Amino acid sequence: MSRRAWRWLIPLSALPVLALLAYGFRVNPREIPSPLVGRPAPGFALTTFDGAPLTLEAQRGKVVVVNFWASWCYPACYEEAPVLERSWRAYRDRGVVVVGVDIQDKAEAAQKFIRDFGLSFPNAPDPTGKVSVDFGTYGVPETFFIDRRGRIRAKHVGALTDEVLRTRVEPLLGEPAG
Amino acid sequence: MRVRLAPVATLFLAVLLIGAARGAPAPARTVSEAEVHEIAGGLRCVVCQNLSVADSPSEMARQMRAIVRERLEAGESAAEVVQYFVDRYGEWILLSPRRSGFTLLVWLAPLVAVALGLAIVGVLVWKWTRRPATTGAARRVDPAMRERIRRETEAEP
Repeated sequence: MSRRAWRWLIPLSALPVLALLAYGFRVNPREIPSPLVGRPAPGFALTTFDGAPLTLEAQRGKVVVVNFWASWCYPACYEEAPVLERSWRAYRDRGVVVVGVDIQDKAEAAQKFIRDFGLSFPNAPDPTGKVSVDFGTYGVPETFFIDRRGRIRAKHVGALTDEVLRTRVEPLLGEPAG
Repeated sequence: MRVRLAPVATLFLAVLLIGAARGAPAPARTVSEAEVHEIAGGLRCVVCQNLSVADSPSEMARQMRAIVRERLEAGESAAEVVQYFVDRYGEWILLSPRRSGFTLLVWLAPLVAVALGLAIVGVLVWKWTRRPATTGAARRVDPAMRERIRRETEAEP
């Protein structure tokens, strides 16, 4: 190889490394696609703060919105709590269930949160963290949209808005349960 | 803004966990702390970057260690326990990428780079050592210089 070629080849060899770094530094390491989207939702059996049993199985045939939250998750969980309550009231007669799973929290603080926002949809603590690991959650808030056949169709990370909830739920409502 | 899971649940959770453990069925086998540590050491703590589940003091990592222990006690193999986490979090949860498929590249690329580097160095060294020496011993010392050296060395006492 000629001397001239070497002069170019050596700096050029650094390009792939630079390109890799340029790509790597732009990617948010926290944004990881959930492998669960498209798969059957993991079942769970919890007890709500009111003492009622809460299982995913019992909601089959309905569109289920599973929301993971905590009372210390400020401000995101505080922003989305009214959205969830509003949506629950608007959609409950159309076959939508909103389920709140409170993780890594204290019972008193969580119950105060539910009272403060006047949440009327079922909310249950997950004291062992099993449900949150089963759903592959990284933090709060995270919300899973489950179709009538019990499959996870979408995952939303961060605070929900009315817009996000509507665009996720509406298409699932039109699908058959069978 | 998104809030990370923080180790906030304290006594209440501990009490709940102890209660849950008491109600759990007898384990199929006893699991040592070392076994749990071995598996947890290969799992990325999901709420804290660049820490393993074995090393993180967070509540989430503690719960994950409990899940590892429980699944081992139920008779699952280490590989099955790891797969349980991979199924839910993706291969992202593994601190060392798998030596198969796309992530095999991560393991092979450094070896290829080292081999390539050695090859380049080898070729260069071979070229340099083979190059006819144009300096040093080959240079002729002209008679005038030879005469001067002789004179000066003889002048020494």
